[in-house]
Amino acid sequence: MTTGSTGGWIAEALREHDHASEQEPEVQPEQRPSPRGRRELPIADREQQVLDRIDRARRRRARVREERITMSHGAGGKATQTLIEAVFLDAFGNPLLAELEDAARLAVGGARLALTTDSFVVSPLFFPGGDIGDLAVNGTVNDLAVSGATPLYLSAGFILEEGFPVADLTRITASMREAAAAAGVQVVTGDTKVVERGKADGCYINTAGVGLLERDVPLGVAQARPGDAIIVSGPVGDHGVTIMLARGELDIESDVESDTAPLAGLVAALLDAVPGVRAMRDATRGGVATILNEIAKAADVGVVVSEDDIPVRDEVRGAAELLGIDPMYVACEGRLVAVVDGAAAEQAVAALRSHPLGAEATVVGRITAEQPGLVRLKTAFGGTRIVDLLVGDPLPRIC
Amino acid sequence: MRFVDEFRDADKAHALAAKIAALCEPGRQYKIMEVCGGHTHTIYKHGLEDYLPESITLVHGPGCPVCVIPMGRVDDAIHLASQPDVIMTSFGDMMRVPGSQGSFFDAKAAGTDIRMVYSPLDSLKIARKNPDKRVVFMAIGFETTAPSTAMTVLRAAAEGIENFSVFCNHVTIVPAIKAILDSPDLRLDGFLGPGHVSTVIGCRPYEFIARDYGRPVVVAGFEPLDILQSIYQLMLQLAEGRAEIENQYSRVVPWNGNLVALQAIGQTMELRPYFEWRGLGFISHSALKMSEQYAAFDAELLFKVPGVRVADPKACQCGEVLKGVLKPWECKVFGTACTPETPIGTCMVSPEGACAAYYNFGRMNRERVAEAAEVSRG
Repeated sequence: MTTGSTGGWIAEALREHDHASEQEPEVQPEQRPSPRGRRELPIADREQQVLDRIDRARRRRARVREERITMSHGAGGKATQTLIEAVFLDAFGNPLLAELEDAARLAVGGARLALTTDSFVVSPLFFPGGDIGDLAVNGTVNDLAVSGATPLYLSAGFILEEGFPVADLTRITASMREAAAAAGVQVVTGDTKVVERGKADGCYINTAGVGLLERDVPLGVAQARPGDAIIVSGPVGDHGVTIMLARGELDIESDVESDTAPLAGLVAALLDAVPGVRAMRDATRGGVATILNEIAKAADVGVVVSEDDIPVRDEVRGAAELLGIDPMYVACEGRLVAVVDGAAAEQAVAALRSHPLGAEATVVGRITAEQPGLVRLKTAFGGTRIVDLLVGDPLPRIC
Repeated sequence: MRFVDEFRDADKAHALAAKIAALCEPGRQYKIMEVCGGHTHTIYKHGLEDYLPESITLVHGPGCPVCVIPMGRVDDAIHLASQPDVIMTSFGDMMRVPGSQGSFFDAKAAGTDIRMVYSPLDSLKIARKNPDKRVVFMAIGFETTAPSTAMTVLRAAAEGIENFSVFCNHVTIVPAIKAILDSPDLRLDGFLGPGHVSTVIGCRPYEFIARDYGRPVVVAGFEPLDILQSIYQLMLQLAEGRAEIENQYSRVVPWNGNLVALQAIGQTMELRPYFEWRGLGFISHSALKMSEQYAAFDAELLFKVPGVRVADPKACQCGEVLKGVLKPWECKVFGTACTPETPIGTCMVSPEGACAAYYNFGRMNRERVAEAAEVSRG
């Protein structure tokens, strides 16, 4: 038996921790001094000190500790956010990018435009309810739509693996054509690259989109304020569970289908009917839970949601339960989360329900002033817990 | 959803909570350990502590398979994985567990072939498909998962699959409970017994806890109402001065366990003289390895395993947390240097780890929340 030592990273994490602790003001107990000092603090206060320290640690500048990209960096959770903040914002930082909304809002020659891009690497390429083609169109259309823009033009870039069946490619382009028609957009430019066999998994697609901002509504998650209501436009988690089951590794069968759909019409219905819309997001990777955390962080507000009120189809709940994952973190491709003025909540739900894609829209929670930065969930069981950003991919429990 | 919603009924929970509160003796503090990490997860995920009176403290126990794996074992596994032609397979929970030089995820990103599987049988499938590779299954877990490893080895033997082996890290729960009972640091009033482990070993192995230590045990299911009901049963025993082994999870746990599963374990594995547990140190007869008869499937014999022993980082207090001596937030590095994103300790990795459960679900001061609610109500 040999003895090893821990690698540099732990020492580094601890050094950083010590350094940060030194700079923090020592919290003094608000009580008479006692001979044994801080040990005399009531347990709740000691816990609160730790919680405050964690809060400060979480607000510190993000840094990528890993030497290489891991799968977690692509999962849409905490690692993805760290990567974006520490690498991409650092490199490209500008006020338009810094908003970190689903699309950038630009003023060009008197017109107000929204610009966004998205890449698609889904596996399998074809799944119940859709394929990579309509996903690639709807994903970009939805990023424009929830930014308040009318989607107009798309680009499409294909990275194809040597040996990929042309029949599959035409099937994909056909569904892109249909999805574009349904969303009222045109694919007006594109690019094709082919890589050697084994260097890509069949077909990857990138789309970028331009939309016109016709309304003068200051949308953005930073606009959320206490008293606002949080609405989801329908059952969550359909897409993610469909993909997981379509991989066939789990031997679970279910009728669940992807919810992939263009949201521009639904967004228009909402914005036409309700003046008090603060923000919208489409709940893709990372699911509804991630969006709620983005709201809490960007607006520095508390978020309270009720588990009973979050719509989840039975099939999705069942599969998620078996896999040990929480539907709140599972991706949707045709659902949006909206933050609206609390007084307009009913009106907003009614407007969403008037559209077929929002038939099951419902209020799931509200914005509070308490506990800024935290998302709290009232569980169906009647308890309270927080809902954090996900670390890594949703992994099932083993016992 | 049937078979789930019935066990999460808030009305029934309120009724049980009232019965539990009525059993608390004024002025007495109760410490109840839930042995199994699955229980810890349920408790935090459903906010179950909201239903308990202040005088009852739930202490999180060592029954988290990932949490008890020492750093050196992870290093050994990564060493195995980086041997020529090896495909290492493992449960997802293992992927982020830190070794001294990084985790499976890091090793995977650096080019090592490590694959996540949902069952050891998936490993065997990979072995069948890749006859020119050597497929190793990183087996972890208590008696809950040991039978599936055993059955897989039996099947591999029956099919004559020679390129499959097991890096066995299976541990047994009873020595760990005994170590905690013998530890001077902690006085516990009773135990919520591990439901899944008990489906395999039954309830008899816990009899010594009542007989020799005078502590009650209630083997508990994993839905929140199961746990509340089990706490009620424990409190009732304490109120009546009894110390017995009760089975709340009788819909799944047979009193005598699962004979077929036990036989499969007995056939393919044997007790190690001792094994290192993260934070708890070496515990004798607390882990399993492949038996002599199935040595051909023992990765530790087929490959040269360095057997690295790595001391835990000094600041890491996983051991204290695993024994229930410290609450997760009382660890010095909790939530600052050690987070689920960059875990130093294993308790922060697994969804069943006490630190991860507290960080992800419970990171709010319940008393303060209650206070604030009072204030806002005026």
